Amino acid sequence: MAGYIGTSQSRIDGVKKVTGAAKYAAEFNAPGLAYGSIVASTIAKGRIVHIDTSGAKRVPSVIDVITHQNRPSMADNDKAYKDDVAPLGSPFRPLYDNRVMFNGQPIALVVAETSEVARDAASRIRVEYTEEPHVTNLFQQLDATISVPQPTNPSEAVFTPPSARGTPEQALASAAVRHEGTYYVPIENHNAMELFTATAVYEPGGKLTVYNKTQGVQNVQRYVCGVFGMKPEDVRVLSPFMGGGFGSGLRPNFEVVLAVQAALALRRPVRVVLTRPQMYALGYRPAMLQRIAIGANSGGTLDAITHDVITVTSQNETFFRQETGWSALLYKSANATYAHRLARLDRPTSSDQRAPGAATAVYALECAMDELAVALKIDPLDLRMRCYSDRDQIRDRPYSSKALRECYAQGAAAFGWDKRNPAPRSMRDDGDLVGWGMATGVWDATQMPITVRIALSAIGHAEVACATSDIGTGTYTIMAQVAADSLGIPLENVSIKLGDSALPPSPVEGGSWIAASVSNGIATTAAAIRENLLQIAKTMPNTPLANVGPDDVALAGGDLVSRLDATRAVAIVDVMQHGGIDRIAQEKTTSPVQDEDRAHNTHSATFAEVKVDEQLGVIRVARVVSAVAAGRILNTKTAASQILGSVVWGIGMALQEETLIDHRFGRVMNANIAEYHVPVNADVYDIKVIFVDEPDDSNPLGVKGLGEIGLVGVAAAIANAVYHATGKRVRDLPITLDKVIGVA
Amino acid sequence: MTDPEDGPTFHPTRRDVIAAGAVVPIAMALPPGAAAQSPSVAAASGRVAVSLTINGTQHVLTIDPRTTLLDLLREHLDLTGTKKGCDQGQCGACTVLSDGRRINSCLTFAVMFEGRHITTIEGLAAGGTLHPLQQAFIDHDAFQCGYCTPGQLCSAAGLMAEGRAKTPDEIRELMSGNICRCGAYPNIVAAIQQAMGRS
Ligand code: FES
Ligand code: FES
Repeated sequence: MAGYIGTSQSRIDGVKKVTGAAKYAAEFNAPGLAYGSIVASTIAKGRIVHIDTSGAKRVPSVIDVITHQNRPSMADNDKAYKDDVAPLGSPFRPLYDNRVMFNGQPIALVVAETSEVARDAASRIRVEYTEEPHVTNLFQQLDATISVPQPTNPSEAVFTPPSARGTPEQALASAAVRHEGTYYVPIENHNAMELFTATAVYEPGGKLTVYNKTQGVQNVQRYVCGVFGMKPEDVRVLSPFMGGGFGSGLRPNFEVVLAVQAALALRRPVRVVLTRPQMYALGYRPAMLQRIAIGANSGGTLDAITHDVITVTSQNETFFRQETGWSALLYKSANATYAHRLARLDRPTSSDQRAPGAATAVYALECAMDELAVALKIDPLDLRMRCYSDRDQIRDRPYSSKALRECYAQGAAAFGWDKRNPAPRSMRDDGDLVGWGMATGVWDATQMPITVRIALSAIGHAEVACATSDIGTGTYTIMAQVAADSLGIPLENVSIKLGDSALPPSPVEGGSWIAASVSNGIATTAAAIRENLLQIAKTMPNTPLANVGPDDVALAGGDLVSRLDATRAVAIVDVMQHGGIDRIAQEKTTSPVQDEDRAHNTHSATFAEVKVDEQLGVIRVARVVSAVAAGRILNTKTAASQILGSVVWGIGMALQEETLIDHRFGRVMNANIAEYHVPVNADVYDIKVIFVDEPDDSNPLGVKGLGEIGLVGVAAAIANAVYHATGKRVRDLPITLDKVIGVA
Repeated sequence: MTDPEDGPTFHPTRRDVIAAGAVVPIAMALPPGAAAQSPSVAAASGRVAVSLTINGTQHVLTIDPRTTLLDLLREHLDLTGTKKGCDQGQCGACTVLSDGRRINSCLTFAVMFEGRHITTIEGLAAGGTLHPLQQAFIDHDAFQCGYCTPGQLCSAAGLMAEGRAKTPDEIRELMSGNICRCGAYPNIVAAIQQAMGRS
């Protein structure tokens, strides 16, 4: 089974994307489509006393205004609103009652014949509130934090801090060298390019077809059924293309509720497209305040580490991820302790954003390691090598594979790390200060149960179907590659169906688990087809495959052929003809093999060069080398793009991104992509991606996944490079020029 | 703001946003002499007639004068290849070519394009053959989710026509009005270089 897997393949959906033929959620039309425009709260907390919709309703072509007072019936219990990935607590219910829980909360939907009229009319809604005191500032809640809840089952335990080991306080006190620092990462917003959209098409008889921007069509389907008391067969959710997710589309967002409310109320198709500012009322990467203390002996190995974290969540839900565990996992240290507390704010619930927990926590850990290396007067890479561990330090077990050493070696060689002068401010280029920094990255390699259906025709065309998503990750393409190899047919003979809740079940597209899940799922289903063909082939007169077992045949070049003796083959078309069929379809569920005795992770090493204008403080990330160990790479082209994109995210995280709140109103001040800075083309220079060889047998294809690992550590590598360039240690992100200006 | 009975009104604040937020240098592409050929207001409905040529086909429509060129394309003509990423002139997803020059279609009203020739992503490929830029974007994997891609491509086509960008640094600078949150920038630059070499 080889051919396409592991090669560089252009995206099979590439032509659709470059010609504008790929259709996203706002691009499906239906006769009689109406347009919804959202009215958002202008207070952070309180009650709606009165909504005056008369001005809006007077605008010609307005169809209706939907508020909590006239919305269609919705479930009255939290359970109904719990989507597949909902955190603990009570999910927000759009237009449910008069309660306002955050600034920007949708409180009315104006529906009109055109979007222009809907928007105009929405501006004519008048709202009276009774306001209650709110708090949106993490730093005002530091005395009121709560500990993350104790897990009630093993699946929750993956997010709670690891248990302490040894006697960290004593070990810290007696350590030869100590570093202690407080690091801060602000709120960040996903800012995917596509606006969240739902086009809810009401069909006669009350069925709904919903085109929604989502990373989980079946999650949305279950949610809509729960909230509106509908049957699964009456709700179909589609998302064939998604204009970027990064975690923002894991949970159903409020636009889908509003579109469905309007479609049910008006019995006609309705589209709701969020404005860019409204996107800032969805989930976001929680701000993270963390204190790390590391004690080392003079030989540069760790004696103790303590990592205390505070992140933010809403009043109604308790969102947190594994934040401290990464520092517990990565380096050898006999003594360690971890704490994670939460600040409740009057804001929307925080959410998963690319490499949730790790991007923020490993940033602090890897900056702290850099500071420790300075204190120890040893090279930062050397320090990592001295603390290297071949065993998972939390559960003391081996890794299924861990080629981090190779990441360090190959990354350092490609970057030229050995030419680094360790002294800060020692390197210059044409007047700019030059700094080199590095950091380690780590993420989980996870596989989830998934179901794949394949139909193979006699002439060697295959249709592969699964309700997963391609959020830009290249899922369409890797699915086709694996199917082509598994079925022994050309890539162009494979068609992929995904992003439709009517297809076989898939988990949400997140956590870097889809590549491993769906690729092995395809291999399993293809094996079932092969077996099926073999059974029929064995009944053929004078069959050459009479005594061949199912594991000893392969599909290749349109034949079913013995792996042991290639002359023993029958054409698939003949097998099917003999069986009186023109296609074989199989649907199989593939679950991961339980392998608790080993840790399953991806790793990376990032090396960054920054150039800093000494007078102006302007920082440019001139070069990045990212070396990644993530098992087998299915498609080197799309995989490199994923890492490249992650590095760009790391540049944004390190230097630009910050959601700013005016705490007097609890309102986001920079709710647009001119004032919330994300990297543009001119911010991005030379990025080199290396995949190191890492054979892994956790699943048959040896796939680990790539969505998050490329980001983890990037911000730290850049922050460490800024220190090396300027001699100034900035511990709160983003490192904007005002924080480094006057570095001379 | 007028009374609702007087019909729809323009939102002056949008124009303020243009001046502050536009990154593409020619975002304010009010065609010269546009006032002189200003479209006729159709009766009392407040709707106006507009005639413009899109990808070589002339379209005559009667529209709400507040309709942006972007919404005209997407909602009235089903030319959904042109994307809406911000509707505020900040992202470039809506970039199209007006008489060969790149503009942010979300920042302009459709009625401003009376008599103009608009090229959208749907019109970039000639007779079923991909434009060299389109092929180069595929070759270099210059996109992931693909949502910024039509805007990047139209912007790149405009860039090539401008003839100003000679070096990768100049390409980076002059393509910075088109945000790609997937971070495909280095591949976008490589793709544009490939297309420049070919055409
Ligand atoms: S610039 Fe027009 S949609 Fe963003
Ligand atoms: S390809 Fe996703 S935003 Fe550019």
